[in-house]
This record gives sequence, structure tokens and C-alpha cells, in this order.
Amino acid sequence: MTIDEVRQIILSILEDIAPDEDISSIDDNTKLRDQIDLDSMDFLDIVMELRKRFNIEVPEKDYEHLATLAGCITYLQPLLKDRLAAS
Amino acid sequence: MAYDAIIIGSGLSGLAAGIRLAMFNKKVCIVEKHTLLGGLNSYYVRKNRTFDVGLHAMTNFTPKGVRNSPLGKLLKQLRFSHDDFRLCQQHMSEIRFPEHVLRFTNDFEFFRQEVADQFPKEIDGFNKLVEKILSFDELNLDDQQALGSRPILEEYIKDPVLIDMLNCPLMYYGNAREGDMDFYQFVIMFKSIFMEGFAKPVGGMHYILHLLEEKFKELGGELRMGSGVTSINAENGIVQSVTLENGDELTSESVISSMGYVETLRHCSPPLSEPDAKDIGQMSFMESLCVVDQEPRDLGYDKSIVFFSTQPKFDYKVPGELIDVTTGVLCCSNNFDYPQPMKEGLIRLTNMANFAHWDSLPRKDYIAAKKHWRTQALESVFTFFPDFRDNVVFLDSFTPKTIKKYTGHLNGAVYGSPRKIKNGKTPVNNLFICGTDQGFLGIIGATLSGISMANLHVLRK
Repeated sequence: MTIDEVRQIILSILEDIAPDEDISSIDDNTKLRDQIDLDSMDFLDIVMELRKRFNIEVPEKDYEHLATLAGCITYLQPLLKDRLAAS
Repeated sequence: MAYDAIIIGSGLSGLAAGIRLAMFNKKVCIVEKHTLLGGLNSYYVRKNRTFDVGLHAMTNFTPKGVRNSPLGKLLKQLRFSHDDFRLCQQHMSEIRFPEHVLRFTNDFEFFRQEVADQFPKEIDGFNKLVEKILSFDELNLDDQQALGSRPILEEYIKDPVLIDMLNCPLMYYGNAREGDMDFYQFVIMFKSIFMEGFAKPVGGMHYILHLLEEKFKELGGELRMGSGVTSINAENGIVQSVTLENGDELTSESVISSMGYVETLRHCSPPLSEPDAKDIGQMSFMESLCVVDQEPRDLGYDKSIVFFSTQPKFDYKVPGELIDVTTGVLCCSNNFDYPQPMKEGLIRLTNMANFAHWDSLPRKDYIAAKKHWRTQALESVFTFFPDFRDNVVFLDSFTPKTIKKYTGHLNGAVYGSPRKIKNGKTPVNNLFICGTDQGFLGIIGATLSGISMANLHVLRK
């Protein structure tokens, strides 16, 4: 998966967990929780979606890497690089 | 057949827990003893009319776009849009006592002004109390200490009438404890009623419950109606399975029960030591539903909900008689901002009631008592509001006995046990409770309870 594909995947997860939010305007380097009001319950959802869709386990100590969109991409791209975007 | 989780009860908490688990591919089954969904917030049909039980209004209303409120969190967690719930806000409600009336809407500043007008000497204290409420972490799941609210209120407010007037709606809509209310519950209820507000869904509970059911099933969840649980089976202190009334045994990694804390423990096999009698809830209600041939406002009933006491002192306790007619809650379902007016007028009247007295009546006396006390309760209302009896086209009442029959809650206790188990844990490993006895109250609260228990005990494991 390319960086752009990983980005799309994270956006699609965010779209699922925050259906009332406008995710098209998300800035990559600002904290997600400041842009779309994500709380700890929502971070659990991001982690659960990654497990459901890609069988990726994110340990609780790594949650901090998911704070921004750029952080998510950096953290997840190595884990997803061998996957096909279609999965 | 092995499940990741079995959920006992298809009320709001059970359905919400089920949706969360099914959403993340857990194999989950909800078992419900009744043939209708909803538990304490269900509905029933009489003469082609569908009535909600237990629901005057949904508390915790916040508008679309507010995401960190209980309603906002619930919608996000269950992945609904605000529009899906079709919520219509109240017009105006009031707390009516002999010397004072405090009106409130879904705009808290309106209420603050009412307090200032009616109790000018108390407004500074009231404002300080509001600050205390805002800074209080009422949702902390680990905090098990019980703090009464009256001593805290008395630090801020001198006039006992104002304290009783504030308590009146909060207690009626969520206090399991006689007399005083735990302070964290007071905070939850104060925010949900005065700072957030009332709304009703178009289509009532029937609509909301089926919305949740549909989502649960779409996600692959299994729902077994008419399947009461006879026992929750454990081995070496770890839950293994539940046995249903038809003899089926369903094995499961975890069990989340919404039947109440004491009720859950009593279903455990091998048996656990009998819970403390004071943990069994006592507060129950009688409710009468009056269908009228006009809009209630044309009959002189223009408020959405009226919390009244005909005495200056408000006592929240099991009455000595079958019901207490001196205080109650009156709800005019029509007085909400529906896009289209309801087909008929509906006025509901709720009074505190004594389960033991109702339960001891023989069938014939029970029916007569329902009529008698309904008349007494209405006559008490007609001492300050117009008599609408000539406009009634249909009447029905239910009592604590009815509530016990359909929900299984001991004593028909609508708000369950006075002792809440905030972390949902029981003496049996992997057996958890959700719903009323976990401590988040009201429709939104119960739903959030199911969500938090599913998150905490199954998804985060």
C-alpha cells in the first residue's frame, strides 16, 4: 500500500466512526482530537477498526502515535505496506 | 455453540452493548425473556394504540453537532447520525410547588433566570452550585464512594423549598434511593435535565428500539426473543454459559446482564451468598395514560412536563398508601416540537407507588384499586389544573406489579438498586452487569452503560 492509500484508509475509518464530521478538511499535522472531537472511546474505535480490517493489533502504549493523521500514516504504513489496497 | 458474549436483556443497554460487540465481529447473542424489546423502556399496544412505558421524554438532549455530550458520544459509538433519532425538543416544562413555579426549557440560561426571579436570595449560591456541578467528574467508573447530595446542596442553598424543587424532577427521573440521592447521580441528572434537556423521538420508543435492533442484526448479531434465562453457570468462579427456559445451554466467554445486580446474582449457579437486602431497589410508580379528544394545550395543559408537589416539602419515598397523590409528574406528549401533530392528545400522570401493597391485592381488588387511585391522582391534579375527564376517550394504568411482571425488576423498582456497580463487575469473573444498576440512568444513560461495559470488558480485553 502506498502512503496515499494508507491515508485514504484512515480517512475512511474516521468517516465511519464520525459520520457527522467533515473529514475532507482534516489537517495532517494537527491533533485529530482537536479537529473532530475524538475522545478515548473513539480511539478505541480506530484501533478496533484496524484489527477488524487488517488484523493489526495496536498496543495501548502505541496509541500516542495515532494522535495526528500524519502520525497514523507513519505508524501504519510499515505495517500495511505489503497489503493490497483492495483488502 | 460458543459465543464471545451473551447479553441478557434487549433493553437499551443490552442492544447497545450488542451493537458494539457485533460491530467488531464478536459472536454475540442477546437473549430476551419478553416478546417485546425495551425492558424498562418498552412499549405496549392497546386498542390499536401504541404506548411507551417508562418514557415521558428522553433527557440529555443536545443539538446536532455537539459531540462530547452523552448523546453525542452515544451516536458516535453506535454510528448513528443525530437525524436518525428523529428527536423533537420540548416546548417548556415546570416544577410546580405551592408557593413557587420554576419553568425550564432546553436553554439553561432561561432556568437560571427563573431561579433568580423566584429565589433572588439564593441565586449566588445556585450559581456556585452550578460551578461545582460543572467541575465534577460524575462519569468516573472507579469512584465507588457514595456521597449524599442534600448536605452538599445545603452548603450552597439555604431555602429548603428550592432544594426540594431542584431535587423533584431529578429524583423522579432517576433516583433509586429513597430520601436522598447520591451526589454523582444528582450531577448526572442535573446536567441531563436542566443543562441539556428533554426531547422525544418521532415514533416513540418503538421507533428507537427497532432502529437499534435493525443495526444489531445487520452487523450479524443474534437476538432470541421469548428466551428467559433460568441460570448463569460458572465454574471455578468463571462464567461458562447461560441456561434458557427451553433448556438450551449457550456457552460464552463473557456474559453481560442487564437484569439488575441482585437479580443477576440470584440467577447464578452455583448460588452466591444472598445480597444485602438494602441493595434491593424499592422505588416504583403507578402511571395512568389518558387519551383525550383535543390537543392538551386546548384543555389548559400547555407544558411538556410538569413536576408537582401540592405540599411545600417534597418527600421522595415509598408511600404508606398504594400511591402518593400529593406529588407526581404530568407529561403531555403532544407538547414537543413534532414536525406533524400527534393523532390524539395524550396526558400521562405518574405517582410514587408501593409495590408490596399492590402485590398483596387479590385480582378483583387490584382492578378496583387501580380505578380508585387513578381517580384520586387525577383529582389531585385538578386542584391546580383544569378537569379534563369529559375529554378522555381511553384510559389505562399500570402499577409496580405490572413493571415487575414485564421487566423482572424486584419490587418493580424502575431505577433498580440504590447501590450502583459503576465498573459493572460481579463476584463471578467475566460476568458483568450493564443498564440501570451500573449507574448511568435514563434512556441515553442506559444506552451509554451498554456501550461502556462492552468497551471496557469485552473489546479492550
